Amino acid sequence: MISREDVANLAKLARIDMSDDELDHLASELSVILDAVARVQEVANSDVPPTSHPIPMTNVFRIDENRPSLSPEDALSGAPASEGQRFKVPQILGEE
Amino acid sequence: MIVNKSAIEMSQLLKDGEISSVDLTKAHLERIDEVDGQVKAFLHVDREGALAQAQLVDTKRKSGEKLSPLAGVPLALKDVMTQRGIPTTCGSKMLEGWRPPYDSTVVTRLRSSDVVILGKTNCDEFAMGSSTENSAYFPTRNPWDLNRIPGGSGGGSSASLAAYEAPLAIGTDTGGSIRQPAAVTGTVGVKPTYGGVSRYGLVAFSSSLDQAGPCARTVLDAAYLHEAIAGYDPLDSTSINAPVPPIVAAAKDGNVKGMKIGVIKELQGDGYQPGVLKLFNQSLEELANLGAEIVEVSCKYFDYALAAYYLIAPSECSSNLARFDAMRYGLRIGEGSAESVMNSTRAAGFGKEVKRRIILGTYALSSGYYDAYYGSAQKVRTLISQDFKAAFEKADVLVSPTAPTTAFKIGEKSNDPIAMYLNDIATIPTNLAGVCGMSLPSGLAEEDGLPAGFQIMAGAMKDDRLYKVGAALENALVNKWGGGILEQAPRLGAK
Repeated sequence: MISREDVANLAKLARIDMSDDELDHLASELSVILDAVARVQEVANSDVPPTSHPIPMTNVFRIDENRPSLSPEDALSGAPASEGQRFKVPQILGEE
Repeated sequence: MIVNKSAIEMSQLLKDGEISSVDLTKAHLERIDEVDGQVKAFLHVDREGALAQAQLVDTKRKSGEKLSPLAGVPLALKDVMTQRGIPTTCGSKMLEGWRPPYDSTVVTRLRSSDVVILGKTNCDEFAMGSSTENSAYFPTRNPWDLNRIPGGSGGGSSASLAAYEAPLAIGTDTGGSIRQPAAVTGTVGVKPTYGGVSRYGLVAFSSSLDQAGPCARTVLDAAYLHEAIAGYDPLDSTSINAPVPPIVAAAKDGNVKGMKIGVIKELQGDGYQPGVLKLFNQSLEELANLGAEIVEVSCKYFDYALAAYYLIAPSECSSNLARFDAMRYGLRIGEGSAESVMNSTRAAGFGKEVKRRIILGTYALSSGYYDAYYGSAQKVRTLISQDFKAAFEKADVLVSPTAPTTAFKIGEKSNDPIAMYLNDIATIPTNLAGVCGMSLPSGLAEEDGLPAGFQIMAGAMKDDRLYKVGAALENALVNKWGGGILEQAPRLGAK
């Protein structure tokens, strides 16, 4: 039902490197799990509305005013690398 | 021994000046030293912080300040809740060494109640699991039998209670992670109404299901802890802006005369251990003897709850865990482009179950499959909420066994995800519908002498009903047993 190539593509989308062994293993496991969970389709008719959230709420906003927030030191305290008041990250864009 | 007392008994001794919070905290730290090498409930013990907090409470008490009921009483915190400056790993290598720069709202409220936080308890990685075997650090062991699981994901919190390392603990429950560990360790655990306790600072796994709540050894202790942490929080946009139900009063009342108790037909029978069912039925008899009316209700879509859950929770997890990108905090592995650093960090930082769920969720949310999987699961969620609504028209509370079996052996189900997922079959519907649920001990199963749980469910913001029924049943059973169930547990420790 779900191939090794499918899993490789999903792993790429989810940004997780996976070994060949992991891909093989997950492909067979996910096929079993998907078979089991696919039964939701038996009762999910078009006249049933979906629920995304158990307690319906709309437009939860706070008042738009300044309030205390983390200091730069606190915000950077867990960073793998930082420089001045900035996170230091690997290169995101190409060379050109 | 002082550590065997209930939180409320400890509170009374503190008030009466029979013991100081410093000595009470020291007694628990000594107990942790004595038994945690065997139980392994804690990932981090904050000795200095706990003693400093205890000292502060003692000073306040001496100066005559009016204190909350739980002031000076120690507590264990599940390691998915942030506490400023204290390591918070979520049981994952991804967050090894991370010290959050802020307190979760639950911790803020515990602080304002002057509760003493002893440390952080072990759990399945990012709360994904039913046995605490998915912790990246070590499995926690069940104090009833050290070769067995303490349940999960909050196995550390429940085990710490059963081993008398703490009288109170905080858990989080996405599909049963407070209630199932409570059931298999002979303790009490409550999943409050969704939105009843703030999720701010609870590291998100599945945002529409996650709910923090109290763990304790007695229903009344859980009630006091529940009231201390509950209530509206503007920092959580899903927090319910309404008064907290009268939980402590309900636990003190414990009168079920005339209440209608609905037994859910679909949550018993096949797959449930006979001894667990027998205890469940005996508990029903106790409630009937106390004047409750027992009725049977049918929730026919509950059979689809597990399938819906294992689509919705992984989908939300795949989205929530995208934040672990090796850029702002947490682990960073490898060099080169940002993308390759992310790929290698997430490969090294996440364990097997977390990866499995992220990939499953990514699949269920991908275009072409979204409607068939995630969309269908959301519809099942509606059907389950409708089932609950209809059932609550016939009964004030609903009941079932908490988990289908007693604690299984460590390693027994770790290679069979589906068998592992079945542990949550009776607890999951509550999370999908956002209603509240409690597990309390129903006795020891005749097959193996291990504790089983009795689950009570009530409608949204009717949490007080859980406590009313829970207190009534606990009182009847404790009288029958001649003491709390943990008195029958094997003695741990060298002495």
